Amino acid sequence: MPAPDILVRAHELTKRFGQFTAVDAISFELRQGEAFGFLGPNGAGKSSTMRMIGCVSPPTGGELSILGMDPVADGPAIRSRLGVVPQEDTLDVELTVRENLLIYGRYFGLPRAVIADRTDRLLDFVQLTERGNDQVEPLSGGMKRRLTIARSLINDPEILLLDEPTTGLDPQARHVVWDRLFRLKQQGVTLILTTHYMDEAEQLCDRLVVMDGGKIAAEGSPRELIDQYSSAEVLELRFHPSEHDQAAEKLRDVPAERMEVLADRVLLYVPDGDAALAAAGDLGLEPLTSLVRRSTLEDVFLRLTGRRLED
Amino acid sequence: MSEQTLRKLPLRILPPALLATRRGALGGKESVHVVERHARAYRHQWVMLVSGFFEPLFYLLSIGVGLGELVGKVQFAGMSVGFTSFVAPALLATSAMNGAVLDSTFNVFFRLKYAKLYDSALATPMRSGDLALGEISWALIRGGLYACAFMVVMLAMGLVHSAWAVLAVPTALLIGFAFASVGMAATTFMKSWQHFEFILLATLPMFLFSATFYPLSVYPRPVQILVDVTPLYQGIAILRGLTLGVVTPGLLWHALYLAVLGVAGLALASRRISRLLLK
Ligand SMILES: Nc1ncnc2c1ncn2[C@@H]1O[C@H](COP(=O)(O)OP(=O)(O)O)[C@@H](O)[C@H]1O
Ligand SMILES: [Mg+2]
Repeated sequence: MPAPDILVRAHELTKRFGQFTAVDAISFELRQGEAFGFLGPNGAGKSSTMRMIGCVSPPTGGELSILGMDPVADGPAIRSRLGVVPQEDTLDVELTVRENLLIYGRYFGLPRAVIADRTDRLLDFVQLTERGNDQVEPLSGGMKRRLTIARSLINDPEILLLDEPTTGLDPQARHVVWDRLFRLKQQGVTLILTTHYMDEAEQLCDRLVVMDGGKIAAEGSPRELIDQYSSAEVLELRFHPSEHDQAAEKLRDVPAERMEVLADRVLLYVPDGDAALAAAGDLGLEPLTSLVRRSTLEDVFLRLTGRRLED
Repeated sequence: MSEQTLRKLPLRILPPALLATRRGALGGKESVHVVERHARAYRHQWVMLVSGFFEPLFYLLSIGVGLGELVGKVQFAGMSVGFTSFVAPALLATSAMNGAVLDSTFNVFFRLKYAKLYDSALATPMRSGDLALGEISWALIRGGLYACAFMVVMLAMGLVHSAWAVLAVPTALLIGFAFASVGMAATTFMKSWQHFEFILLATLPMFLFSATFYPLSVYPRPVQILVDVTPLYQGIAILRGLTLGVVTPGLLWHALYLAVLGVAGLALASRRISRLLLK
């Protein structure tokens, strides 16, 4: 029996497509009221995991329990208590904005009056009240995403699954979505989200796992992960391409916890970025640009996998 | 194989098909939400609904009435029957088939592959069986309305010769059920729009050769047997019997054939949707 405040429990959960293992024996727990994230690049297995939690993809191995039930045997019962925002919008383009919520609510067997009530509230929440009677197609990408979020909330879900909620949106539209998700979090909605944006993970997730190649590489709060896998500050140096390799070699003399040589930059992981920059100057290095910044989850990912999140 | 064995074949296929289905695989009351969704969607394009009324009517006027003038009487079950009265039930059966096939193939393919309608519904408590049954129910509701309209025209034209004709609309629904189920199951195997040529390849010959315009007896014996096992012929045989008042227990075999085909198609369609979308 799972403890009452554990809503999802996965133990060595595995998903194979033929010979290919998309999700490789991952274990994690989702607690009530938290925002839990899967951070990883394309192909990490995030969507495959989300689809298993959403009970639309049977696991090929391991154990998965959602709200204390088995996703294969109790799919409809579990799904009635989940809200799902899939990676690709699946809005009904033959219906208006309001009708999208109505029909989706009917799929849950909700009475029309309840749906109508919630529709008013949800459209207001995602700032689409004025577009209620419009067709879906002309809406902008950000509006469609917000409508999908409203739709996922029509059944008052106990867990909200968001698969890359802001991928493909322009920065402004992303911020609007983030703001709405942040409010949901404040209201105590339990969220699971996947993302390959480290800033999204940092802003929204209380706890997250770093996923790569179907495996979980690390787990913790954003702060814990940064503390554990990165330094307090990062010095980014950019050199003229002709001097890049030579400079990187010289920089090994600057005391640092770690150094990453990227194609276009050198990153020095240090407690004090300004001191490291001064030390580099003392070695006679003249970077084209230099930047001292705090560590991010991107650095954690680089440390754990040797690759960057976004290409 | 004798005619009798062929007729019993469905009985050997049906029970395993039913056993093979999982709980809810044939759909439940949730399927009504699919109908509700389509009713909403068609509000925005009601012209598509109206066109379905006219197609069989035009056939009746051109083939039935036009040709009827030339042909005169047809011999059927020892009776001499007006050509229009003879052809009208066959046209009703054909229109039930065509309507069901149209709804369950082109429209389903679009929703399955492009609109992602089923993907979004399967994220809710809806199951594959509900989607399959819902689509088929929608096809039946549409088909039922058209059949009613057609029967009204037949009555008005004096083409109904028996009170058994009250069963004509339910029979049209049964025909629709069989074809919608099989059509939907077939659609789940289709990879591109080109594959829809196969559907025309199946339905057009059935329309032309299922004793639609002349009695089955004009064919040589082997062809008669061939026609006798095609699905549209079953529907035509029942409807013709009902509207001309030649009702025999044999009609029940035809009805059973269609029912079995419908249930098997529904089970297959439901399984295939699961296979395609829940992977
Ligand atoms: N239905 C499928 N059939 C075969 N391979 C798949 C299928 N779905 C996903 N994959 C593969 O599994 C891997 C993980 O995919 P996915 O879970 O979508 O990753 P992410 O969401 O992290 O980008 C990818 O290599 C992808 O090609
Ligand atoms: Mg994905």
